[in-house]
Amino acid sequence: MQASKCSLLLALMLAGGLTIATLDAQGQTASGVQKPTPAQAPDAPTGNAQKGQQLYTSYGCYQCHGREGQGSTATGPRLAPRPLPFAALTRYVRQPSGQMPPYTSKVVSDTDLADIYAFLQSRPQPPAVDSLPLLKQ
Amino acid sequence: MSEKCSVGRRTFLKSAAVTGAAAFVSGPGTTAAQQTAASGPATAPTLPREADPTGGVDVLTTERPGGDFMVDVIKSLNLDYVASNPGSSFRGLHECIVNYGGNKSPEFLTCCHEESSVAMAHGYFKIEGKPMAVLCHGTVGLQHAAMAIYNAYCDRVPVYLLAGNSIDATQRRPGVEWDHSVQDAAALVRDFTKWDDLPVSLPHFAESAVRAYKIAMTPPMMPVLLVIDGGLQEDPIAAEVQARLRVPKLTLATPPQGDSGAVAETARLLVNAENPVIVADRAARTPAGMKLLIELAETLQAPVIDQGGRMNFPSRHLLNHSEGGRALIANADVILGLELADFWGTVNAFRDSLVRSSRSITKPAAKLISIAAGDLFVKANYQDIQRYRDVDIAMAADAEATLPALIEAVKRQIDANRRRILQERGTKLAEAHHRAFDRARSDATYAWDASPISTARLSAELWSHIRNEDWSLVSDNGGVSRWPMRLWNFDKYYQFIGGSGGAGVGYNAPATVGAALANKKYGRLSVSIQNDGDFMYAPGVWWTAAHHQIPLLAVMHNNRAYHQEVMHLQRMAGRHNRGITRASIGTTLESPNIDYAKIAQGMGVHAEGPITDPKDLGPAIKRAVEIVKRGEPALVDVVTQPR
Repeated sequence: MQASKCSLLLALMLAGGLTIATLDAQGQTASGVQKPTPAQAPDAPTGNAQKGQQLYTSYGCYQCHGREGQGSTATGPRLAPRPLPFAALTRYVRQPSGQMPPYTSKVVSDTDLADIYAFLQSRPQPPAVDSLPLLKQ
Repeated sequence: MSEKCSVGRRTFLKSAAVTGAAAFVSGPGTTAAQQTAASGPATAPTLPREADPTGGVDVLTTERPGGDFMVDVIKSLNLDYVASNPGSSFRGLHECIVNYGGNKSPEFLTCCHEESSVAMAHGYFKIEGKPMAVLCHGTVGLQHAAMAIYNAYCDRVPVYLLAGNSIDATQRRPGVEWDHSVQDAAALVRDFTKWDDLPVSLPHFAESAVRAYKIAMTPPMMPVLLVIDGGLQEDPIAAEVQARLRVPKLTLATPPQGDSGAVAETARLLVNAENPVIVADRAARTPAGMKLLIELAETLQAPVIDQGGRMNFPSRHLLNHSEGGRALIANADVILGLELADFWGTVNAFRDSLVRSSRSITKPAAKLISIAAGDLFVKANYQDIQRYRDVDIAMAADAEATLPALIEAVKRQIDANRRRILQERGTKLAEAHHRAFDRARSDATYAWDASPISTARLSAELWSHIRNEDWSLVSDNGGVSRWPMRLWNFDKYYQFIGGSGGAGVGYNAPATVGAALANKKYGRLSVSIQNDGDFMYAPGVWWTAAHHQIPLLAVMHNNRAYHQEVMHLQRMAGRHNRGITRASIGTTLESPNIDYAKIAQGMGVHAEGPITDPKDLGPAIKRAVEIVKRGEPALVDVVTQPR
């Protein structure tokens, strides 16, 4: 009989302070109003978003960050549609300081990262919160 | 004494029975020839009566078996239900419950797995505040039940366990009854039950049954176990025993309150603190506990971090700062922990890396105060005690019972000037609470229209259909990123019951059914968020829900995986640096995808799904709510994002 440690790991991740939250570069104001999204981060390489989507899934990025890069307070921060500058994201992927596992260039090449980055940037902007009746309180 | 001439205990009791029936007691001996002729296969569960290896005429009936008295005792404990997968080792008591006891107080609940029985009792208690009984085999039943008992133990929840056994080896039927007998049945679960006993007489049973209830209900509450001999259940009550029978009086122990000096010092520290934080886990045992915690927090204008072991604090209360917990703890000068399962983990950061590391996140001078009944009862083997924490004041006491004295001590120490300062702090905390709530709403918009459906969307859709009802969330919400706690308005004690305690998967489905049963008599709309992996452990509980007409709306968080394990495997793959594309092997529930709606439908439950388009979710939930309002269970299978 399997006894999973779901809650325990969640607690551990929370205990870790989720320092990977620094990955989240979404343009959110405190009131939740979204800032404009730049078309392309200045340092972003050219990547293939379609291929990036496949890699994002097969490499398991979605496991903690959601299939749309929306993030979770329990597992990993939001990545899309405005990821961190590419250089900062790459540094973190190679040498994470928080709970995220490391991904070396042996398993995720720089080209792969560029494609994933393109996928993240290609995600649609979310609807304005006030446009969603279900979120009106 | 030779076997031929032996007088079995049951035969002896028959001779002394108070049935009053004219009886011709058969001779005790049985020849080998008779046995050979009479016996069927050695593993036959029972021998046909015609083939009994006894000669002559036997006493065949009794209208006052020992189990009747057991029912008298059990009824005195005001147990509403007994959950059970039927078993021959407790057939005597089973019959006494349904016939002598009228199948009422307790009412028999037919379960398809002992793990379901115990988890149902677990969830039931967290709504009703009193135990449910569970009947099971002392051998194979307890083995099935063990994980659920462990969950309840870790969660400090009482479960009233009764396990059948056949003590007298000379009276066991050949075959299965031997397989289902054990010298020390309780040994299997003794490490994670609070107390057990093996009564050898009915007066002994009476005292131990009442004692067990009292022990289970004294904080820290935990499961207890009585092993009940088949002979005691089935045999007639002997005349001399009848004269000694009485049902003992149950008087529950008052929960232990914290030492007055420690309470006064705690109050002094809290009142004088600039940034106190209250952290609550299993603090509120009852609705009164939640009110007391509100009073303490408002008196101090101190933020509360609700870790969710119980419904401790309203989610929309302006002093609820559960979302910003780590920052508050890092900035705190006094941290009051109320019934924390893991105080160390609350004040430390741990990194699960190749080289594991940890660090304190508190200020060096921060004062740590613990009020926890767990300090009163500790066992060695299973390690749910968590890591040892350094604290400045440790009250081995029940938090809820200690809060009234603490509140009074705090009030006595607040003067007008201090009250003004506290109010200013409260104003800032209120603003921060509003910001956190706005942030949650904004966060929920991401992946709003995605398929698989986001857990935020799932939670928002569900909330829209229950918010105007008298609802109760009977599942945990950690697997869906705590969206319900972030978006919904929890302000009643019964609206949340925490989690499994021991993180043993398989808890959720039966616990939610048990909690929904408790909610039924109050007319509440019970809802749960049901994980797919958990569903598959013992899905027969959905039949139990349908059979007993237990209204429960289960909306599935179906990410088609044991997703926590997916992430664990991914962590190992990243760490081992040799490929990161195989984390799904052994961890996912795909190929084929499981049709949970069909499974539930097959057990008589209204069910829809799998739903993959978010636009279809609201209407499905609406239809399911209507079913549940008719008094039946319903399930909506939703294919979701991982978390």
